[in-house]
Amino acid sequence: MMKRKIDDLIASIPYAKTLGIEARLMGDDLLLVLPYLPTNIGNPAIPALHGGAVGGFMEVCAMAEIRRHNPDLPFAKPVGVNIDYLRRGKPIETFARAEIVKKGRRVANVRVRAWQESFDKPIAALSGHFLLPVDK
Amino acid sequence: MSALIERLWELGPTMVGSTPHANEIGMKFVAIDKGRATLSLPYNTALIGDPRSRVIAGGAVTTLLDQACGLAAMAGFDKLGPVATMSLRIDYQRAATPGETIIAEADCYKTTRNIAFIRAVAHDGDPDDPVATAQAVFMVTGPQVDITAADISNAITKGNAS
Repeated sequence: MMKRKIDDLIASIPYAKTLGIEARLMGDDLLLVLPYLPTNIGNPAIPALHGGAVGGFMEVCAMAEIRRHNPDLPFAKPVGVNIDYLRRGKPIETFARAEIVKKGRRVANVRVRAWQESFDKPIAALSGHFLLPVDK
Repeated sequence: MSALIERLWELGPTMVGSTPHANEIGMKFVAIDKGRATLSLPYNTALIGDPRSRVIAGGAVTTLLDQACGLAAMAGFDKLGPVATMSLRIDYQRAATPGETIIAEADCYKTTRNIAFIRAVAHDGDPDDPVATAQAVFMVTGPQVDITAADISNAITKGNAS
């Protein structure tokens, strides 16, 4: 899938725009970027990103990863997700990459890692099941 | 009204109001009690996750449940201090109805010295027909002070990472 098409895909999701999400292609990998925005802060005194913003960012990342392999179908829907918060989200840009662990006929299992300065120091991880759209 | 509950009613709106991302998505404080918190998220087109159905993104529901669980956790301890999300499990039972306000009710059913266990439900009017349910674990991230004497705005800005 072309970079421009992925940008269009992200731009079509109002929630992704609200978070400020951008897409980058690194070779064959899709990398999503959550730029630092003051509106994504949970606690201004520390400061730290809102856990919900980081969680929502990772959900969008999982859905974008499934969608880019089936660009003509609607988005998959989250059924159940587990989010582990590992480090404070600093007020800098955050990256996320998803891996489809298993794709069945109805459901895909996806893992997402979110990190900031170093890939080896994730700030959060998501693992979840997503209901795949029916090909009509 | 006990001094504790009175302080919690000061804590609730302050905690939601001092959270930039909660304000950004339009979250509202509804109610609070010992170990319990209720928040609402009015329908907002900026939160649509699926442009075809106009259903709110799962992430926005995640954020609402995270905030409600965090507030219930703070209200679940005998002393007041900052908390942060350790883990959050969300099960999405159905799509939220476009146009409807989503309500999240969180119940902190157990606290230890530094950990709070919370379950929560998000619905759009009928708690028996949930949009999503959550199970969360929060941890204390800073010093706690006597809740009835605490300076609330000071206590919650010292290490709440959620």
